[in-house]
Amino acid sequence: MADSRLPEIIRANETEILSSWMSSQLQSLTTRRDLLTEVDLHRESRDFLAALSRAASQGGVLEITSPSYAMVRDFLANLSASRARQGFSPGETATFVFSLKQALFSQIRKSTTDVQVLADETWAATVLVDKLGLFTAEMFQKSREQLIIRQQQEMMELSTPVVTLWRGILALPLIGTLDSARTQVVMENLLQRIVETGSVIAILDITGVPTVDTLVAQHLLKTVAAARLMGADCIISGIRPQIAQTIVHLGVELSTVTTKATLADAFAVALRRLDLRVTNGSGATPAPTSAPAHHANGAAETTGA
Amino acid sequence: MERIPILKMGRFLLVSIQVDMHDRLALQLQDDLTTRIADTGAQGVLIDISALEMVDSFIGRMLGNIAAMSSVLDARTVVVGMRPAVAITLVELGMSLPGVQTALDVEKGMELLAAVSG
Repeated sequence: MADSRLPEIIRANETEILSSWMSSQLQSLTTRRDLLTEVDLHRESRDFLAALSRAASQGGVLEITSPSYAMVRDFLANLSASRARQGFSPGETATFVFSLKQALFSQIRKSTTDVQVLADETWAATVLVDKLGLFTAEMFQKSREQLIIRQQQEMMELSTPVVTLWRGILALPLIGTLDSARTQVVMENLLQRIVETGSVIAILDITGVPTVDTLVAQHLLKTVAAARLMGADCIISGIRPQIAQTIVHLGVELSTVTTKATLADAFAVALRRLDLRVTNGSGATPAPTSAPAHHANGAAETTGA
Repeated sequence: MERIPILKMGRFLLVSIQVDMHDRLALQLQDDLTTRIADTGAQGVLIDISALEMVDSFIGRMLGNIAAMSSVLDARTVVVGMRPAVAITLVELGMSLPGVQTALDVEKGMELLAAVSG
């Protein structure tokens, strides 16, 4: 196969191959005219064919891992990455390369009448296009994975904000499932903020946690225990009725922690413990949070012990 | 031999751990503290561990023991100023020190002691 005529055929018939490749791409059902214009597709096809022709003529037609194919590989990697971002499916992306086969075959057929040569060259073209197609699919997969990893990291950072509700009161609205990695991040963020702000009460709001199983409950309790060791009390709020049922059915012991149904209730408890009260504008009617609570009582209410 | 100083402040004793705790030092502190509580009739003990960077299960257990012994001698123990890393380590070791009361800093710890011991 060392003296394959494939490079020569490609170089000599670049224009014909390009036009027949373009027409087969445009006819194919997997062309996404909504995502990619014909002009862009034409430009990409032309650039790819030029790179391929140059690479193939530099020797080792089927060695797509060789240095001479570096440009082709780069081109395909960029193409896969941009297609992945635009929302193409893997099949649609790979078809870009695989649709080149028909165009190549017809040029090979025109170039020779010798059956032996025809069969050899066709085989060479098949192997080449398959390799390039698989490479494209792999690259596509890789860029999708990178996308997913980046989104995961962003989600991790976005979903663990620690909010100061009042001087001395922190809130931690948890969104999404709590796994070990996230619990670690949540715990570290919370404890760090407790030190920075000197807060004595932290409210863990689990309204956004879809399910609570024994593992999630254990992670919550760990966070509560760590905060308590530092001298801050935790209140868990946002417990939905279904979750309350699950917790009891699972036999999770939450009795050492103050729990409230809503964040507002938890905030009211926090205010009361700090001996703060909310009044309306005229100062006449005290709001429900202002139940008389002496500071000493507030301190004695601390959980645990 | 080095010792951790125990300061008397009114009705309470103040222990500030400023060095790396090793096992013998911890046992010495346990000894000294119980003796001092008995001698002074202190009603509360405040242990400041804000300078403590590393804990192991032994030190964790020691903190728990000191609290239990103090309460036998009728003195409340409050541990203050635990660092986040130390708190996470203790929780991961499974030692959440249920018998120990905690506070963020010495000031809040003193308030707590004053409140619980009347």
